[in-house]
Amino acid sequence: MAGIPHDHYEPKSSGEKWLHSRLPIVGLLYDTLMIPTPKNLNWMWIWGIVLTFCLALQIITGIVLVMHYTPHVDMAFASVEHIMRDVNGGHMIRYLHMNGASLFFVAVYAHIFRGLYYGSYKAPREVTWIIGMIIYVLMMATVFMGYVLPWGQMSFWGATVITGLFGALPFIGEPLQAWLLGGPAVDNATLNRFFSLHYLLPFLIAGLVIVHIWAFHTTGNNNPTGVEVRRGSKEEAQKDTVPFWPYFVIKDLFALAIILTVFFAIVGFMPNYLGHPDNYIEANALVTPAHIVPEWYLLPFYAILRAFTSEVWVVQFVSFLTGGIIDAKVFGVLAMFGAIAVMALAPWLDTSSVRSARYRPMLKWWFALLIVDFVLLMWLGAMPAEEPYASFSLIAATYWFAYFLVILPLMGVLEKPLPQPATIEEDFEAQHGKKDASPAE
Amino acid sequence: MFKKLTLSAIAALALSMSGAFAAGGGEQHIEDYQFSFEGPFGTFDQAQLQRGLKVYTEVCASCHGLKYVPIRTLADEGGPHYSEDQVRAYAKNFEVYDADLEDFREAKPVDHFPENTAVGAPDLSMMAKARAGFHGPYGTGISQLINGMGGAEYIASLLTGYTGKEKEEAGVTLYENTAFPGGWISMAPPLSDGDVDFDDGHSNDLHHESMDIAAFLMWAAEPKMMARQYAGFLGVFILVILSVLLYLTNKRIWAPIKYKKS
Repeated sequence: MAGIPHDHYEPKSSGEKWLHSRLPIVGLLYDTLMIPTPKNLNWMWIWGIVLTFCLALQIITGIVLVMHYTPHVDMAFASVEHIMRDVNGGHMIRYLHMNGASLFFVAVYAHIFRGLYYGSYKAPREVTWIIGMIIYVLMMATVFMGYVLPWGQMSFWGATVITGLFGALPFIGEPLQAWLLGGPAVDNATLNRFFSLHYLLPFLIAGLVIVHIWAFHTTGNNNPTGVEVRRGSKEEAQKDTVPFWPYFVIKDLFALAIILTVFFAIVGFMPNYLGHPDNYIEANALVTPAHIVPEWYLLPFYAILRAFTSEVWVVQFVSFLTGGIIDAKVFGVLAMFGAIAVMALAPWLDTSSVRSARYRPMLKWWFALLIVDFVLLMWLGAMPAEEPYASFSLIAATYWFAYFLVILPLMGVLEKPLPQPATIEEDFEAQHGKKDASPAE
Repeated sequence: MFKKLTLSAIAALALSMSGAFAAGGGEQHIEDYQFSFEGPFGTFDQAQLQRGLKVYTEVCASCHGLKYVPIRTLADEGGPHYSEDQVRAYAKNFEVYDADLEDFREAKPVDHFPENTAVGAPDLSMMAKARAGFHGPYGTGISQLINGMGGAEYIASLLTGYTGKEKEEAGVTLYENTAFPGGWISMAPPLSDGDVDFDDGHSNDLHHESMDIAAFLMWAAEPKMMARQYAGFLGVFILVILSVLLYLTNKRIWAPIKYKKS
């Protein structure tokens, strides 16, 4: 792989040479594992391993669940209970899969916000960022379809509401919705196609994860300073980096073990805390639950969806301009997808020459506000669509867009960045030069 | 800075994470009863489950079903733990439809409990998980984090929550109940003092009967709870050891890198 100069795999024994000249797979693994990694990476760089673990966990538990699950409206709910009661260890597999989705999203949000804070999205890592965003969108699609499979009340009504969003789109909406559902309403055809796609998408994600890793192995990792690794010679690069194995593999595994301790405590002692009680009631098309709420990880974008009501002047203005084609409902749908789109465009919206917000005294605070905003949106997404939550949602949703569309472009001009260290080595020694220094940040 | 932000974000996330939020409507009162199965080390009380089964059999079963629960599981460890003979004898209380015979026959342990027979009476198999007793405050889920989901508390509160007032609405009699969302329920008070005589001579006032049936329904909804908690405990135990070992390994590996002066 291109990028930072480092030692490459040299086959030694005749057996190794034989294989290497036919399939350089050991060399590929060696180069991947021994990639020079900035030695000043802090604890926010562990989420990649957590995410890889989550994907593996979800695929493995998912494959076992499929062995016992029946994708049919009359049998799905009962087959999940069969897993919970009759299948050996089935209750653990199912709870691991259920809560594994939550761990997956905790990790992906930490990973995304780390990238936003340290400017990991900026040149030359735009492709890594874009692929990451595609993975994130696929994750949301996968988790949404997976939530439908147990065929509980929230499964059914969540599917009805979310596919209804597509139905709101002008002209193509209704045929698109019918195409997604396989009929006029959520029914057996919907369950079957969601099941099929829920099985397929994780493998697409796995493929994209490989491309994601390939991309940042080409550019090299970002790091908390945002300063690039020196790559004039191998010796120079070695001052800034250590090989991924064993230094970061062990560090990441240590972090993973801590996170899994918490995860196992949740699965073992409170597995339904993150779920919704209504999903233990079998789907019933005739009874609508009092509050239809998505799972926590989708709440921020659900809040943005609902924030733009017909009382907002922007919505009225756009509706007037388009002759009513884009009404409040369509506006909300566009806002929800737009919220992710502006995040994906961050590499081109950020005008600053400095990567890491550590050296950006103003952006640092705007970013802190973005985190608050995200948590606030998550809370608002769970609240009923009434005052004062509607007004809060509008303000919070507006800030989300403002951060990407106004603050990121403006800060490059308005802000005076702090001096950055010349090299990663300098930053590392500033932290770890003394014997008493605590590890990482 | 980022670390502080992350920590506060995680804390805030944890608070907002609960899926079940205040349902609105009338003021619900759910009493936070103490059950033996609460907390990470909680266990089902076998005698209480057996009493609860008796309440179910003699009272609830006349309208409600328990269709996801196989009768054989009454013999399971961590449950009522009856002997196989007792379960075989108990199964004869019910009649189930047999598709091969095209007729009803006496139930066997391999059969499930029958479905409900009365219109509008929901199946009770998962009732203790399908209702959350505790909500909020303000949709934050803190209450559930501290007190648990409260399904069993909800059931016990509902059964003891009748005020005695009735009203007629669209030809249906509604009964005022302090635990039911909205305050009026269509189920007539099902249980009263002394309805069920317990074989172990345990107190059979309304409060105790309600506690026992709530505990039984919690078991019916989550029969593998004790196995799950054991797995959780084992997982945490092993992972804590693994964490310590990895911490030491990590420290040792990094030592020559971190403390080098160049």
